Amino acid sequence: MKDVSFGQYYPAESALHRLDPRIKLLAVILYIVGIFFIRKFAGFALIALFLLVAILVSRVPFFKVLKSVRAVLFLVLFTVIMSVLFYSTKTEEPLWQWRFIKIYEQGLINAARMGLRLIFLVLGPSLLTLTTTPVELTDGLESLLKPLAMIKLPVHELAIIMSIALRLIPTLMEETEKIMNAQKARCASFDTGNIFKRAKALLPILIPLFVSSFRRADELADAMDSRCYRGAKGRTRMKVLKLRFRDFVAAFIMLALFAAILFLRYNWFGWSFLTVLI
Amino acid sequence: MPIKITDLNYVYSKGTPFQKIALSHVNLEIADGEFWGIIGHTGSGKSTLFSHLNALTRIQSGKIEIDEFTLIGNGGKKPKRKHRPDYKALRARVGMVFQYPEYQLFAETVADDVAFGAKNIGIKGEELNSRVKSAIEMVGLCYDDVHARSPFDLSGGQKRRVALAGVLAMHPKILVLDEPTAGLDPRGKREILDLITKIKETLCPTVIMISHNMNEVAEYCDKIAVMAGGELKLVSTPAELFSQTELLQSLHIEMPGVTALSCELNARGLNVSRSVLTEEQLVEEILRAKGAGI
Repeated sequence: MKDVSFGQYYPAESALHRLDPRIKLLAVILYIVGIFFIRKFAGFALIALFLLVAILVSRVPFFKVLKSVRAVLFLVLFTVIMSVLFYSTKTEEPLWQWRFIKIYEQGLINAARMGLRLIFLVLGPSLLTLTTTPVELTDGLESLLKPLAMIKLPVHELAIIMSIALRLIPTLMEETEKIMNAQKARCASFDTGNIFKRAKALLPILIPLFVSSFRRADELADAMDSRCYRGAKGRTRMKVLKLRFRDFVAAFIMLALFAAILFLRYNWFGWSFLTVLI
Repeated sequence: MPIKITDLNYVYSKGTPFQKIALSHVNLEIADGEFWGIIGHTGSGKSTLFSHLNALTRIQSGKIEIDEFTLIGNGGKKPKRKHRPDYKALRARVGMVFQYPEYQLFAETVADDVAFGAKNIGIKGEELNSRVKSAIEMVGLCYDDVHARSPFDLSGGQKRRVALAGVLAMHPKILVLDEPTAGLDPRGKREILDLITKIKETLCPTVIMISHNMNEVAEYCDKIAVMAGGELKLVSTPAELFSQTELLQSLHIEMPGVTALSCELNARGLNVSRSVLTEEQLVEEILRAKGAGI
């Protein structure tokens, strides 16, 4: 259980780690939008190259980033297989046929595109969480959402809820492990019997976990109260986010990538597109 | 049969930036019928070491023999089939009481909770009832008063006793306690320790207690093991250990209160022994010294 890297921040000294979290968040949003604009494989090659460089810069080991794909591997395979099997068209001869199953070239291309899209969708954000601490992330999010406070959205409260939740994940994991060990020491087994038996076997873990979560929440509320926490009003920050030169460089690179993607999408040879602009 | 730990090593989060050596080359033999105290600072590896004893932590390298059970490490992977003893039988033999055991309570009634472990090892019917009843009585609670109550309605000290009873109902022969007195008031501490002594005499001959409190260890234990930085620094008896002032300083171990007091008296010229471990001994020593002076 200790090896589960949830929130999965990977500590290292790198340019990517030092970037302003707001820029990183916006970059990831742009990256995701960009992925949906890609149709040609050249576009995927471009984004793969971008990701490769980003990973190299971040000094996070490759397998750490790739590990995040494992979580969605089933989804990717399922999507790819389904879209190969159920693609049908009248304009093309099937490449291969067996009874009602027909496989078309276009179907394979579509499936590959879908699979790549999913994989890239996971890789980008996981690089974000690998290089940004949860606290930075919520700070960034709060700062980005600040304009919404004008329409009475409790931005600060949402951010603090999120950071408390993130903060408590490792604690809860630790607690779960402790309780599991305590019940195992009393010879409980969690992986035998049918599904109902297994579900029932979880009760000795879940009940103490709930009890201690409520206790912890109570204590935390008291601790915050006693340090005069009153919500966002009049609250200052210890680490004030400030855009630096490198953040502008990163933003520029990201915009350039996005432009290049649009470019590839709407105009393969490109130059005529430029003349329209001019 | 004794417990024999041979060259035990353990590394947390191997191969990541968070890698941390928790145990290195630990060798330890514990004979039947002994009361061991394990001392050491937070993070010295005490808890890791003892969670190996009933196979809750998988051995990475090394070997542990407990009675007829043998656990052998396989480099952090699942042990080979022939090195996988009957874990349930092992866990029933080695009763493990964790820190703040009251947080493991879950059942609707105290009796159900106490019965949980015994039920899991296949005890049924009349035998189960009598075990539950005797375990609850053994920890100093009144069976008729508490057995039908919810464990969440009890006081902190009572909850801890119920949790202890839950382990005792499995009739372990070796009892491992991880800071059994943490968070209790002085009176509660003493009660729990007296309880453990009673349990040692009646049910479970070998007791291993992890503790931060030198007074407890000095007063109750026969043998002491000192852990620091994942290594077993030394094994000794309380009288021997606490009379070596320089050694204690080099290991950053505090003296028990009475021992410190007797050393102070000795330094001020009263002829009392420097290796006093209990209050009674100190009183005797002072009376003897005073009597000799008259």
